[in-house]
Amino acid sequence: MTTTESNDVEAAEVVVDPNAVSVTINGKQFTARKGDLIIKAAENAGAYIPHFCYHDRMSSVGMCRMCLVEVDTGRGPQLMPSCMFPVTPGMVVETESPASKAAQEGIIELLLANHPLDCPVCDKGGECPLQDQSFSHGPGESRYIEEKRHYEKPIAISELVLLDRERCILCDRCTRFADEVAGDALIQFTSRGNTTEVTTFPDEPFSSYFSGNTVQICPVGALTAKPYRFKARPWDLEEAESTCTTCSVGCRTAVQSSRDELLRYQGVDSDPVNWGWLCDKGRFSFEGVKSDDRLTTPLVRTANGHEATSWNSANAAAARMITDAIAAGGASSVAVLGGARGSNEDAFAWARLAHEIIGTPNVSAQLGDGLPVGVLGMNRATIDQASSAATIILLAPDLKEELPVLYLRLRDAAVKNRSRIIEFAPKATGLTRYAWRTVFYEPGTQADAVSATLARPEIAAQLAKGEVVIVAGRANLAESSAGTTAALLALSTALPEAKVLPALRRGNVVGAISVGMRRGKGGLDSTGILNAAAAGKIECLILVGTDPIADVPDADLARRALAGARRIIAVDTFITDSSRLADVVFPAAAYAEKAGTTTNIEGRVTTLAHKVTVTGTSRPDWMVAAELAQLLGTDLGFGSVDDVTAAIAAAVDGFEEVTAEALEAAANGVLAGVASFDPITTPTVVLGDRNSYNFRLVVSRKLYDQAVGTAHSPSLAKLAPGGAVFVHPLDIARIGSAIGADVKVSAPKATIVLSLAIDDSVQRGTAWVPFNQTGAKIGELIDAAAAVTDVRIESL
Amino acid sequence: MSRLTEDNVRVAHEIISHYPRSRSATIPLLHLAQQQDGYVTNDAIRHIGELVGATSAEVLGTATFYEMFKFEPVGKYLVNICRTMSCALMGGEELMHHAEHRLGIKAGSTTPDGMFTLEHAECQAACTEAPTLQVNYRYRFRVTPETFDALIDDLAAGRLDSEIPAHGTVARIRQHIPAERGVGAVPPEDATNAPSWMTVAEAPK
Repeated sequence: MTTTESNDVEAAEVVVDPNAVSVTINGKQFTARKGDLIIKAAENAGAYIPHFCYHDRMSSVGMCRMCLVEVDTGRGPQLMPSCMFPVTPGMVVETESPASKAAQEGIIELLLANHPLDCPVCDKGGECPLQDQSFSHGPGESRYIEEKRHYEKPIAISELVLLDRERCILCDRCTRFADEVAGDALIQFTSRGNTTEVTTFPDEPFSSYFSGNTVQICPVGALTAKPYRFKARPWDLEEAESTCTTCSVGCRTAVQSSRDELLRYQGVDSDPVNWGWLCDKGRFSFEGVKSDDRLTTPLVRTANGHEATSWNSANAAAARMITDAIAAGGASSVAVLGGARGSNEDAFAWARLAHEIIGTPNVSAQLGDGLPVGVLGMNRATIDQASSAATIILLAPDLKEELPVLYLRLRDAAVKNRSRIIEFAPKATGLTRYAWRTVFYEPGTQADAVSATLARPEIAAQLAKGEVVIVAGRANLAESSAGTTAALLALSTALPEAKVLPALRRGNVVGAISVGMRRGKGGLDSTGILNAAAAGKIECLILVGTDPIADVPDADLARRALAGARRIIAVDTFITDSSRLADVVFPAAAYAEKAGTTTNIEGRVTTLAHKVTVTGTSRPDWMVAAELAQLLGTDLGFGSVDDVTAAIAAAVDGFEEVTAEALEAAANGVLAGVASFDPITTPTVVLGDRNSYNFRLVVSRKLYDQAVGTAHSPSLAKLAPGGAVFVHPLDIARIGSAIGADVKVSAPKATIVLSLAIDDSVQRGTAWVPFNQTGAKIGELIDAAAAVTDVRIESL
Repeated sequence: MSRLTEDNVRVAHEIISHYPRSRSATIPLLHLAQQQDGYVTNDAIRHIGELVGATSAEVLGTATFYEMFKFEPVGKYLVNICRTMSCALMGGEELMHHAEHRLGIKAGSTTPDGMFTLEHAECQAACTEAPTLQVNYRYRFRVTPETFDALIDDLAAGRLDSEIPAHGTVARIRQHIPAERGVGAVPPEDATNAPSWMTVAEAPK
């Protein structure tokens, strides 16, 4: 659990460890740690104490009484709930004495007085703590002959989670999770005694982004997840440990399948990363992998549109396009966009193909919504360092929406008083509630906000208290990265010791950039590539798992770029707005269909499991790159994914330690070293006159949007909130339209019609529109060339 | 139905100001809501959540723990007849039977005119005066069918209005604690002085 560094205290053998507590557990002497609960110490000593409500990552409540054991602290043995008491010196614990056993059997008998024995039709049957512990610690029979209580079964407490109240044993795990861990106290015990039940408030469902965790930690079958309900029996599931790549936090997961079909992801407790939690987007995104809309064969464009073809002919066609492009416009007329959605191996193979074989410097893993790659060269913080720093400075998007489990970790740091959060944001975020100070800035002026804030004496005093970690990312897609970059530079100049945790969003964006999916000498960044393509200077545009039309903030630029590129080659899992325009489309293997490694925001490299057979004939991206390289005359020497992993370790700065053996040995992945990147240069932020544009635009992402993975996961797709333009309640009078009415939103580039809504998290003078939602084509208004976007909102 | 009225919101803010943490005001505010509407409405729960900074589910969870908060409309007069041992021995069951006939409803329901709600109650702690009942938590002792009928007649005719207010009113006079005598918004961990209402005896020298 703990990292190896912190355990390195062997040298001082004569010094008595002040944290050692000597206890006797089942007759054996054991040295526990000060503050350990009896239940934890016993488990460490090899004596398992049965329990239902106790959970390592939450506070103890002593609700279920299952962990009663005989404890003697010098006053004679007495039954104590072992999850409620820490060890004390000389304590004698008997977990299997007759009294302990009688207590445990009694509790099981009481719990089963009302718990239905519908195990054969219960999803939890086979992996159920109540079932298991009834066998191992129960009396085997019951004295109760009365009718058990009955409730309507099941009731939906959210779009994703169903509650069967008959099965609930009132352990308080889900309600505690909702309140303590997620901060969404939307489920609660109601009523009292025999009629106690877990419910939501009427018409306020448990719409937490983390609701799926309650299903995983429920010790009975009371909570079940709709996407998994009645799909499999636990003993038919095979699982492999992997890492979620839905965002770049890199939560460890167990990928479970049966008969070669993905059925469930469960969180795995990785101490430095996710603590066992997953967000619902990550947990239920497996639906997208097995979608019927997945691409199964390569496609080439003919006079009749896309036609299915063989890999051989698609490869040949793509290689010819690349050769023709180089012949026509030189190597730099080929550009490669993407790679952040795949594995390190995928990105590395494509980076080598692009830089070495094609010879183009025009490579980018970001899509106009990231930060200059130099941010990865800064003094990088780990998630643990961030969540234990005295001060966390957020210059980042709404982490609850973009990197949900990082939000959980930082929220934990704030509510447990380890850290104080100083937040810079254009709009209130999920962490604003927990921030010590929130400084709202008007987009484009964040550098000024930072300087003004740092000058305040109480801020300076706080920053002097200890470690400072800056979480840096793009809070607003309707402005260029210049404002944020300038603010980040101002922060790092003022706080040279501060560490930086990049809050870039796409699953493997850090890995892709690190292994080479970035511009070479004299190359263009993503916006540069798109501009060049729009100007007709790109002969061949290669999209590696990326959909610029949906994902680039400046939608018009993306469309012009794809129209202006002579040839487009796409590697994708679905036909998207972008891959629809491609001349050749390679079907790519998706998550859980390929092995490899991925890198999270802190640079932690973990393994990806190959759990199910690929869809159709799809192949991992690296294989596509290796084949094309071969056809272009160079053998990359990649016969298997392990070859690529080894090649990364051999060739990439900072990845020397990331070998297959090291990954095999490390439970929590291997932290890659920080390589050097072109440092960030101070950008100039030129804010033009507002003229008659009376609102400054803020555009940011919600967790659920129209992105391809979400859109093809039916359970998640319906959770996307849809688009509207949100203004502060006090600004509504300026517009002269009613809430809910359609209004005209105009920017210099275009005018769109959106419905008007209010939200007091939006700051006055700004308008907020969620990105990539149905009914809000906000990308039309965003200009990649402008520092900020100002809009005019008028009634129709 | 209804959120707290404007006047009651003012009272609510005063109540909240008595506590170091606004959530502590949840139960007094539930009483306030019940006083306003006779029962605690869902809108009031939502409103209280907004006022004290809790989710509606949290307020609901707290409120439903307590028997005396009602979540459905109850009559103007809530009649609780004791059925615990002493009262049962002294004719409590017969009294309930009579009450059901007199009011024409079963225990647990409300008369169609919205005047009376009849309920069983557990021990009302007046066993020497059995059988007992309470009307809006005001006692009546050694109740017989005759005195019960007289009570209902008096209530229906409004003759007891001065003694028994409508359901939900805990007390007709609300205590107003001036700000300087309140504990105020000082969380316990930040308090340096004992609250002004607590006189600390000097230790003998």
